[in-house]
Amino acid sequence: MSTAEVYWINGPVIRARAHGVFRMKEAVLVGDDRLAGEVIRLSPDAVTIQVFEDTTALMPGAVVEGTGLGLAVELGPGLLGQLFDGIQRPLKVIAETHGDFVGVGQSAPGIDRERLWPYVPTLAEGDRVNGGEALGEVQETPELVHRVLVPADVKGKITWMAPAGDYNVEAPLARILDSAGEEHEIPMLRRRAIRSPRPVARRLTPGQPLLTGQRILDTLFPIGKGGAGEMPGGFGTGKTVLQQTIAKWCDADVIIYIGCGERGNEMASILREFPELDDPRTGRKLMERTVVIANTSNMPVAAREASIYTGITLAEFMRDQGFHVALVADSISRWAEALREIGGRLEELPAEEGYPAYLPTRLAEFFERAGRVETLGGLEASVTVIGAVSPPGGDFSEPVTAHARRFTKCFWALDKERAQARFYPAIHPLQSYSGYVDDVARWWQDRGGMHWQDRRARVLTMLEQQARLEKMAKIVGRDALPAEQRLILVCADVITETLLSQSAFSENDRYCTPEKQLAMLELLDQFMDLAEEAVTAGADPDAFYALPVMRKVQRAGDDVANDDLDAIKDIGREMDEAFAGMTRAGTRESA
Amino acid sequence: MTANTIELMHKGLTRIQGPLLFVKNVSGVGLYESVEVMASDGRQRVGRVVSVDQDNVVVEVFQGVDGLSLSETRLRFLGQPIMLDVGKGMLGRVFNGIGKPLDGGPRVSAEVRLPIQGNAINPVRRMVPKEFIETGISSIDIMNSLVRGQKLPIFSGSGLSHDQLASQVARFARLRGGEAEQFAVVFAAIGVTFDTAERFRREMDEYGALERIALFLNLASDPSTERLLTPRVALTAAEYLAYKEGRHVLVVLTDMTNYCEALREVSSSHDEIPSRKGYPGYMYSDLSTIYERAGRIIGRDGSVTQLPILSMPNDDITHPIPDLSGYITEGQVVLDRDLDRRGIFPPVKLLPSLSRLMNEGIGKGLTDPDHPILALQLYAAYAQAHRLRLLSSVVGEEGLSSADRLILRFGDAMEQKFIHQGGERRTLEESMDIGWQLLAELPDEALLRLSEDQLDRQIRGRRHAR
Ligand SMILES: Nc1ncnc2c1ncn2[C@@H]1O[C@H](COP(=O)(O)OP(=O)(O)OP(=O)(O)O)[C@@H](O)[C@H]1O
Ligand SMILES: [Mg+2]
Repeated sequence: MSTAEVYWINGPVIRARAHGVFRMKEAVLVGDDRLAGEVIRLSPDAVTIQVFEDTTALMPGAVVEGTGLGLAVELGPGLLGQLFDGIQRPLKVIAETHGDFVGVGQSAPGIDRERLWPYVPTLAEGDRVNGGEALGEVQETPELVHRVLVPADVKGKITWMAPAGDYNVEAPLARILDSAGEEHEIPMLRRRAIRSPRPVARRLTPGQPLLTGQRILDTLFPIGKGGAGEMPGGFGTGKTVLQQTIAKWCDADVIIYIGCGERGNEMASILREFPELDDPRTGRKLMERTVVIANTSNMPVAAREASIYTGITLAEFMRDQGFHVALVADSISRWAEALREIGGRLEELPAEEGYPAYLPTRLAEFFERAGRVETLGGLEASVTVIGAVSPPGGDFSEPVTAHARRFTKCFWALDKERAQARFYPAIHPLQSYSGYVDDVARWWQDRGGMHWQDRRARVLTMLEQQARLEKMAKIVGRDALPAEQRLILVCADVITETLLSQSAFSENDRYCTPEKQLAMLELLDQFMDLAEEAVTAGADPDAFYALPVMRKVQRAGDDVANDDLDAIKDIGREMDEAFAGMTRAGTRESA
Repeated sequence: MTANTIELMHKGLTRIQGPLLFVKNVSGVGLYESVEVMASDGRQRVGRVVSVDQDNVVVEVFQGVDGLSLSETRLRFLGQPIMLDVGKGMLGRVFNGIGKPLDGGPRVSAEVRLPIQGNAINPVRRMVPKEFIETGISSIDIMNSLVRGQKLPIFSGSGLSHDQLASQVARFARLRGGEAEQFAVVFAAIGVTFDTAERFRREMDEYGALERIALFLNLASDPSTERLLTPRVALTAAEYLAYKEGRHVLVVLTDMTNYCEALREVSSSHDEIPSRKGYPGYMYSDLSTIYERAGRIIGRDGSVTQLPILSMPNDDITHPIPDLSGYITEGQVVLDRDLDRRGIFPPVKLLPSLSRLMNEGIGKGLTDPDHPILALQLYAAYAQAHRLRLLSSVVGEEGLSSADRLILRFGDAMEQKFIHQGGERRTLEESMDIGWQLLAELPDEALLRLSEDQLDRQIRGRRHAR
């Protein structure tokens, strides 16, 4: 392999004089500690490298070794349940060998070499195969069957198949003879470059929702499986809690959680909670379907830059086996800042806010790796990407928020005022939107939500009118508004409390089934009908607040368990009676 | 790294620019290696290598460059990063901003030398902080609970009573039911006046806690670049006290705004492309290497809890210093000039304040099963009072319904009775009781966060009592 000699060091960026050929994006090892690095720029007299580890103590004269390969991750069974840093070092293993603190030169392979996996072939010697087809299966977790695929670029005839049995990831499982006469030996272990997407047969548009159990998302601003969404919000507005909530309860098969430049304690809380919580669909522990990538804010900045690519490459690997994968990245802004910091060290000419001019291109490349696809093996699968964005000063016009918006179809705007009132999730219903409503409407209809789309629209209309009327009320006083307008304000209040408010920490309400969401939407629809009738008959809308049943309506999320939907029907009946009573009383009064 | 000590001939130094020394013809020097810089008067300063190019290095000097000349300055490269000697007997002592004794006492027995930069805690070894610390302050205990291992800054403004609040927390803090907590306190003065540091020391003294506190002082008159070292030095000492001596250490860092100013100053002397308001683009990462040193580690007894103080320039919470801090810390306690003017102490502005680790540390089996819901309901009602206050300032109170007027009154009571407490220490039970009392003034339909059961247990009884 080629080598080079370091002569210039500036934080995570170094320059070296090359002896031999280096390629762009080639992975390299630097110095005696063999720090991981990547070639990011080439000129006749210098190889410029970003180093993924702390460069403290690195000296001119240190030797750089090329690897001849792009920056890559290791793939195979054994990813699930793991916690990796931004360049896929397994942090549990590292803690066992190196103690409580991460430091220079600590490394271990991403995939355990020793562990044996129970392998069962699904094809036989003599079969013809194409890239992306499954050769055999491994029961990776009690719930998930890992498929061992033929590499995408290999096709031919199986000349040898390992019998069923326990194998480590390096053991050959099959040999395939291609048409050029070359024989390929296939183990479970793969190395894949992280910077470019893995091939698929065909891209499809999202057709079913990724259910998150959060009413404001699923009912108002749904994301499709294979969609891309952005979640911007100032500090403390609830991005991380929402990301974790999605990671816990969404109906994907596999979750990739990327802590990109955020807090160590947040990673610790995932590691503590996920192994204890049950997946509502399978009853298995959540950690079994989760891979965590943790590159906290105080870990090296270049590895932070790599972390989202490491994450999405893992996601694609699982997708290619036919799974629905949800990737949440917290936060995309920290990745962009890493890009900016490295760009600054290269003395690149900055564009907006000091970010490099290629920021939008990189964002587009990343979000484009989301999608619902038909895999090379002919399976339907998806990667959904949800990125938190941390705009400076909470200003959504800044470059990362604004550019990410161009490449995503869901925009979940977290609102400071709601968060300060401890109204959670603090998603602003008027600033947020989803481009997947039409794609998923069918799914809701098939679930019995015949009026899903209309009711959703009615709710949103109320909220829009509320915003307008509140402005007016500020000038003339609420009491000066006519009853029909005050009715709208009351309806919007009730919608806000009933549908939008949902605590991530409530036993009943942290996850809301689609059935309960439909029931609650229907309950609100019924309330609006009754309230309109009553006001037409002369009732004072502000009097509705004091009806005892209204507390029950607004607390239905918290008080009613997912498997007790009759309770919502009961509230509906009680509401009918309460309004009937009020109308009777009203008629008597006016009589 | 080998401890190769290179004494340089004076002609090595080619340029002095801001705090930077440009040195030629050195080899065998590593990035971030520490450097002793000696002027002709024999005064020694600390520096470190910040970039290395062929045989040229750039040295950043932390203690001012006044009096340095090109020809008579000698540099010693120490072959290791900047270190601090730590050992027994640090408590009860006063040090300067780089950890040298200021009180005339002996040097600290150097049991270990630790790099002041510290290392990132491996996330898998972190223990989620969840031990509730009772600070005796209602607006913190009930509404923004502090737990061991948390980093909870005070966002303040110049002239507000943040130092007083910090010293109150340091004196009052204890675990529930426990004796006065065996807290050790590390106090780092970063570019503040001697008075500030002295007042803190005196208050601890009056409380008989002087032997539990170590002070690190970089005063306003000290070189500004030294401020880049002071928090790191203090935290290195704190980590020793926590992880080697098993103590629960509260670290007060005041004022982080001065730290950020120093960072900006040094960055601009490097000709770096600035980000917002001239602060360097890496300020977030840099601050995180300070704040993220708070925590608890699995299997170790002690903990490091941080109470950084920062004054928001122009009271603007979106200014890069509070903004980037807020993105790293686990919440913030915001102080308000208006409350202060009205004589409310501590002047905690509840709505923008937040403790993110609160959910981990309160509730059933930890504080009180109804503590979380009490906090949520108080916040919801107080936020509504706040909205109505804005509204009534336009349409007048007559424009409000009687229900709304009740809420407005609740908002005032909240400030007068709950937030305001002067120098008094309240137990959690006392604070909770005040909270429930205030809520009991509101009708059921204004208490949507509370279940029927909670209304029965906490509210209805209190209404009848009146
Ligand atoms: N859905 C929710 N239910 C209950 N509490 C919530 C919810 N969302 C947020 N919170 C509360 O708000 C706090 C802050 O939320 P979070 O940490 O998610 O903010 P963030 O937007 O990620 O901030 P940062 O950008 O600084 O990381 C949490 O600690 C929690 O107490
Ligand atoms: Mg967050």
